Amino acid sequence: MSQTAKQVEAGAAGHGAEPRGKRTDAGEATYLVAIAEAIWEEMERDERVYLLGEDIGVYGGAFKVTEGFIERFGTERVMDTPICEETIMGMAVGSAMEGMRPIAEVQYADFIANGFDELVNVAGKYHYRSGVPLPMVVRGPSGGGVRASSFHSQNPEPWFAHTPGLKVLCPAFPSDAKGLLKSAIRDDNPTIFFEHKWIYRRIKEIVPEELDFTVPIGSANVRREGSDISIVTYGAMVHKALDAAAELEHKGVSVEVVDLRTITPLDTETILRSIEKTSRALVLYESHRFLGVGAEVAATIAEDAFQHLDAPVMRLAPPNVPVPFSPALEDAFLPDVADIEQAVDRLAAW
Amino acid sequence: MANVVMPQLGETVLEGTVVRWLKQEGERITLDEPLFEISTDKVDTEVPSPAEGVLERILVAEGQTVPVGTELAIVGTGESAAGEALSEEVPRMAAPAESATEVPAIPAAPAAPVASAPLGTSAAAEVPTPPPAPAVPESVSDDAGTEAGERLPDRGPRSAILSPVVRRLAREHDVDLARVRGTGPGGRITRHDVEGAIVVGNVPPDGESAALSAPEAAPAIAAEPPPVAQAPPSAVTPVASVSTPAAPSSNEPAVTRPEAPVVANEDEEVQPLSHLRRAIAGHMLQSTQTAARAWTLVEVDMERIVRLRERVKEAFAAREGFKLTYMPFVTRATNEALLEFPMVNAELRGQDLILRRHVHMGIAVSIDGGLIVPVVRNGDEMNLVGLARAIDDLATRARGKQLQPDEVHGSTFSITNPGAYGSLSSLPIINQPNSAILSFDAIEKRPVVVDDAIAIRHRVYLSMSWDHRVIDGAMATLFLTRVKEHLETWDWDEDLDHG
Repeated sequence: MSQTAKQVEAGAAGHGAEPRGKRTDAGEATYLVAIAEAIWEEMERDERVYLLGEDIGVYGGAFKVTEGFIERFGTERVMDTPICEETIMGMAVGSAMEGMRPIAEVQYADFIANGFDELVNVAGKYHYRSGVPLPMVVRGPSGGGVRASSFHSQNPEPWFAHTPGLKVLCPAFPSDAKGLLKSAIRDDNPTIFFEHKWIYRRIKEIVPEELDFTVPIGSANVRREGSDISIVTYGAMVHKALDAAAELEHKGVSVEVVDLRTITPLDTETILRSIEKTSRALVLYESHRFLGVGAEVAATIAEDAFQHLDAPVMRLAPPNVPVPFSPALEDAFLPDVADIEQAVDRLAAW
Repeated sequence: MANVVMPQLGETVLEGTVVRWLKQEGERITLDEPLFEISTDKVDTEVPSPAEGVLERILVAEGQTVPVGTELAIVGTGESAAGEALSEEVPRMAAPAESATEVPAIPAAPAAPVASAPLGTSAAAEVPTPPPAPAVPESVSDDAGTEAGERLPDRGPRSAILSPVVRRLAREHDVDLARVRGTGPGGRITRHDVEGAIVVGNVPPDGESAALSAPEAAPAIAAEPPPVAQAPPSAVTPVASVSTPAAPSSNEPAVTRPEAPVVANEDEEVQPLSHLRRAIAGHMLQSTQTAARAWTLVEVDMERIVRLRERVKEAFAAREGFKLTYMPFVTRATNEALLEFPMVNAELRGQDLILRRHVHMGIAVSIDGGLIVPVVRNGDEMNLVGLARAIDDLATRARGKQLQPDEVHGSTFSITNPGAYGSLSSLPIINQPNSAILSFDAIEKRPVVVDDAIAIRHRVYLSMSWDHRVIDGAMATLFLTRVKEHLETWDWDEDLDHG
């Protein structure tokens, strides 16, 4: 491991109170560091922003995203809570009603199900029912590929994307994570921010340092231009898709990769523009295939880009089974580069 | 009883036109007796009867173009009352002029050669079973027989599947999909194919499909106000357009080509393109769109060869039964140089360069209504007399439309000889998939400097169009110089003596 990489690993593990200090000398930040920076900067900017969650304070968070925060911002703004997600969500909702801007952490995104009622029935509908905005963010590490089994590897984004009134974000790159999280904190709507834990320390890049750098919610990004096939995806699958696209280029297939970044509101315009260009769509996602995020994307393409299609819209996603613990089974469960190449081949050969 | 079917004349030929029936219904015919004449992209030829008996029924009228394998006639014993009863029962093919949409049930032609998928060659091979197509009505091919107006020629099991984007592009750009060759799996027409057709104006990319109809060959994208003529219901395209099922909406901009029939002024004459003409058009256009053509010229002193020919030509004609021309000399010299410069004899196939151990020389022969390029196979193994015989034989049979299909493809290099008509120098189009073509023009006396004196010598300009994707200028020039050296310095007498 290079010296730079070592520094990042050490930094990402959470040493030192200044998130900025965790960047490499070249200015690169991992996804995890970028998220920590976003929270830090927004807390410096707006004192209504505060954190609550399990082990986020003294311990610094299960993944050490908030290490050093309690020393800087104090126990009133970095609150360790009981192990009860319903309470965490309830406190977030209540304080947001009163004008605070809470950022609630769930230790693993899977545990968000315990606070489901507060999010779906209260947070998502509160502004609609009472006209009072709920400027709150719930963030949590989602996704598989890290051998964490069925309670610690899920992708809950479809549960909330299905709920009107909630915004759901799933960034794939450090800059997008930072910019989107800052946008979410500044947004007056309840927003669910899923941090893919496979990306945390694996992906790093130069991340803007301007305090007002944000990425707009609801805008997808064409990560790679191509002309033959569009892969529409998000989260960790973006990286798999980019790897596959690089491989496929050697075979003469030009793949465009669209990174959704935001699940709701969905940027249908960018998706459709890509399909108009390539006429072939592979929708790749890590939530379960049945009624997963990609199911909606595929339906949108079929409905609104029908006359641009040269082949059926194809989905590639894990089957409807719990995320397996066995490494061999988890590998089989998650789409990988070879699966993507095969799907693209099938689509190309249609 | 024997069924007469449209023969497969050459592996890439997909359809043929019945030009003339040489027997009438009810006439007796013997085995191998010429039964009808056909015209295809590759050759025009007579087809012999597959059986002895009586020509009981003709199923495809003269002038009709049908896919390979289509049943054309029945030769039987004559006992089944040829003529009346049967022909009452079975609707005849309408006369060509009325037949555009009346296509009888045509048996499936052998699947067209399936081109590699447009997006990566490994795709088709790795995944043989495409997923079901919920959005695309497969049934298009099923009821094609009844929906004559929408029928596509059967160029592959999936050629009738028209994806939404294919339909839309065809409609917007007025592309007649019946004339577009599908390169997708199973012959499916892909978006890429339609875009290609839009660019080249409906001319099939390889000219193999006889489907381009000449007066329509104007680029569809041009869409200029002067109405480009649309072919009248043409004998050569018995399939009606599939680009028209969608009724044009009234607010569509009137930029597309009108569907009106040919309108000719009083001082003009409409002449539908022949099969041959259309094939030439397709091939020529495809070549110019494929090759990065460059051109090089050298001048050759032919004095020795002219004198030799003058000296031996009468004896040669008496011995061989045909005239000795300059073509065998040029061919012989070129063959030898090609063995030395294999790149000039190579073919660019996909991302690979195909090098050959032999020279199969294409010889351009002018025939009625066009030209054809028969091939002297393994010409590098022949001496001057052998080449003279082979060239004369092919040229004679080309003019008599007697060539066999496999005699008109597979060339590795070609020579054209417009000098016979007086041209001094030409810029020929490369005969695809060759990488170069040599032009041999008129030999004439010119004053030249020989040993610091001005002399009168027989000279000729020898030039070559070559594909810069494969060959570079230095090689092209070295190659031509080598041909020139051979022509100027070889001991041709010796070659002639070994006839």
